[in-house]
Amino acid sequence: MASRNDVAVSPGAGNVGRDSARVEISGLTKRFLTPAGEVFTALEDVSFTVEPGQFCAVVGPTGCGKSTTLSMVSGLDRPSEGSVTVGGREVDGVADGVSFMFQTDALLPWKTVLGNVLMGPVFRGVPKQQAQASARDWLRRVGLTGFEDRYPHQLSGGMRKRVAMAAALINEPKILIMDEPFGALDVQTKAIMSTELLGLWEQIRPSVIFITHDLDEAVALADRVVVMTSSPGSVKAVFDIDLPRPRGAVQEIRFQPRFIDLQHQIWETLREEVERAYARTAGGTA
Amino acid sequence: MSTTSAVSATLVKGGAPSSAAATAKRAARRRTALVWAARVGLAAVVIGGWQAFTTWGIVDPFFFGQPSGIARRLVDLFRNGTEFGSFYANIWTTIQEALAGFALGAVTGVVFGVTLGQSRFLADVLGPYIKMVNAIPRIVLGSIFIVAFGIGVLPKILLAAVLVFFIVFFNAFQGVREVDRNILANAKVLGASQMQITRHVIVPSALTWIIASLHSAFGFAIVGALVGEVLGAQSGLGLVIKTAQNNFDPDGVFATMLVISVIVLGAEWFIGKLEHRLLSWRPPAPSEANSL
Repeated sequence: MASRNDVAVSPGAGNVGRDSARVEISGLTKRFLTPAGEVFTALEDVSFTVEPGQFCAVVGPTGCGKSTTLSMVSGLDRPSEGSVTVGGREVDGVADGVSFMFQTDALLPWKTVLGNVLMGPVFRGVPKQQAQASARDWLRRVGLTGFEDRYPHQLSGGMRKRVAMAAALINEPKILIMDEPFGALDVQTKAIMSTELLGLWEQIRPSVIFITHDLDEAVALADRVVVMTSSPGSVKAVFDIDLPRPRGAVQEIRFQPRFIDLQHQIWETLREEVERAYARTAGGTA
Repeated sequence: MSTTSAVSATLVKGGAPSSAAATAKRAARRRTALVWAARVGLAAVVIGGWQAFTTWGIVDPFFFGQPSGIARRLVDLFRNGTEFGSFYANIWTTIQEALAGFALGAVTGVVFGVTLGQSRFLADVLGPYIKMVNAIPRIVLGSIFIVAFGIGVLPKILLAAVLVFFIVFFNAFQGVREVDRNILANAKVLGASQMQITRHVIVPSALTWIIASLHSAFGFAIVGALVGEVLGAQSGLGLVIKTAQNNFDPDGVFATMLVISVIVLGAEWFIGKLEHRLLSWRPPAPSEANSL
């Protein structure tokens, strides 16, 4: 399976040393103690693999522990059982080479656009001049030249996302973790941002784990779609998306028959979980 | 047809805004004038009423002073000084004490607040004690400081610092607690060390809270310095007030009060400037943005 994916994925990407970007999630379980003193299982025995340079989307109903999974992959949180290994090394604590893009803005409101993008290199101790040059370069790549001195509150939602994207990619991460990064954007901006993300991803080819509610977005962007069950979250099915790359504009790929076919298959699997999750919340409020 | 409508639209666009802007500007000017007239009027009524009531003997100026008497006393103070040196020297003593106490209290407050805000363990251990210390009337500590350190400037500085410390401390602590979790996680993932997180994320975030507390904190620094001086001093505005009280001289008390409020207003203005500078990244408040 891995080899098949490599064939589908690899044109253009240098594969030297890329194995360090394989993410293996095995038997991941996370339990929380609720304030009432009960044990709540958020994740149960989640296992899936993201091959080096692969774009993996995770879809699932609300509250199925998708974000919890990501926080354990990034090392912000520890699993109760099971493990996450990145490039063969078990994750324990925040590691180098991982970037995270959040659903809400994680930009520092007191820093300018340039200052925000600079953070990654500065935290890593890159000399100031070099860091600035690379920050300017990344701002150019996301189309924000001329906005270096603005503050985040002076930008539109889409522009803020671009800054976040530049800030996440400037360290050239091996692994890029995205938690519904475009969830709060309007549909048109979202499509544009998705296309831009694909373009940037093809330049540096990190392994991506991308959480979304939007099945269309998942199929259009990803090489592999992981469907999770409703709470406690576990992996229900994994689909490999064999749409050719480069895929170009995200808006247009939706009309290809193969896209519709795949989208339909995945939705069949997902629907049951979504309905179950919905019934639970509806039952809970009634 | 479409062209004519377009032309008329541009005409309207070209003509309307300038006259609308002029009307809006006139309205704004009129409002400013009205506000100032009302302000001056209010001051005239209060001060004039005070003067009138004391002149007519309805209120006894022996106890409550008289605006004209206060003005005379003020001039006298500045011209002839007091029994313990010139008035300026006394003002300077109080300002020095308040400033030193303010600086000491604010710095320790920020350091403790930021440290405890980041450490759950320390916060849990020290929390109850800090609450207890906060509950006692700290102004009484002035007596202890004077007994321990004499009647020089040190006890006044300490008293002012203690009062300032708690205000700044609680705000800094709360400000650190309110740091956005996402921003914190993001900085961690980007590889920030604990020092870098404190410097780039936590302190700037808490600064909004800290600066807000500085406004009221300076008032407390002055209160600490004055109370310390009233309790025992060789110079300072608190001593001037105490002497005036002993001489049954309400005008002297009011005159000194006036000077103190000018000092506090000056400090307030300065802190406002500082706030503007340090927090320039903040979006303008809605009232500021719409106030045309």
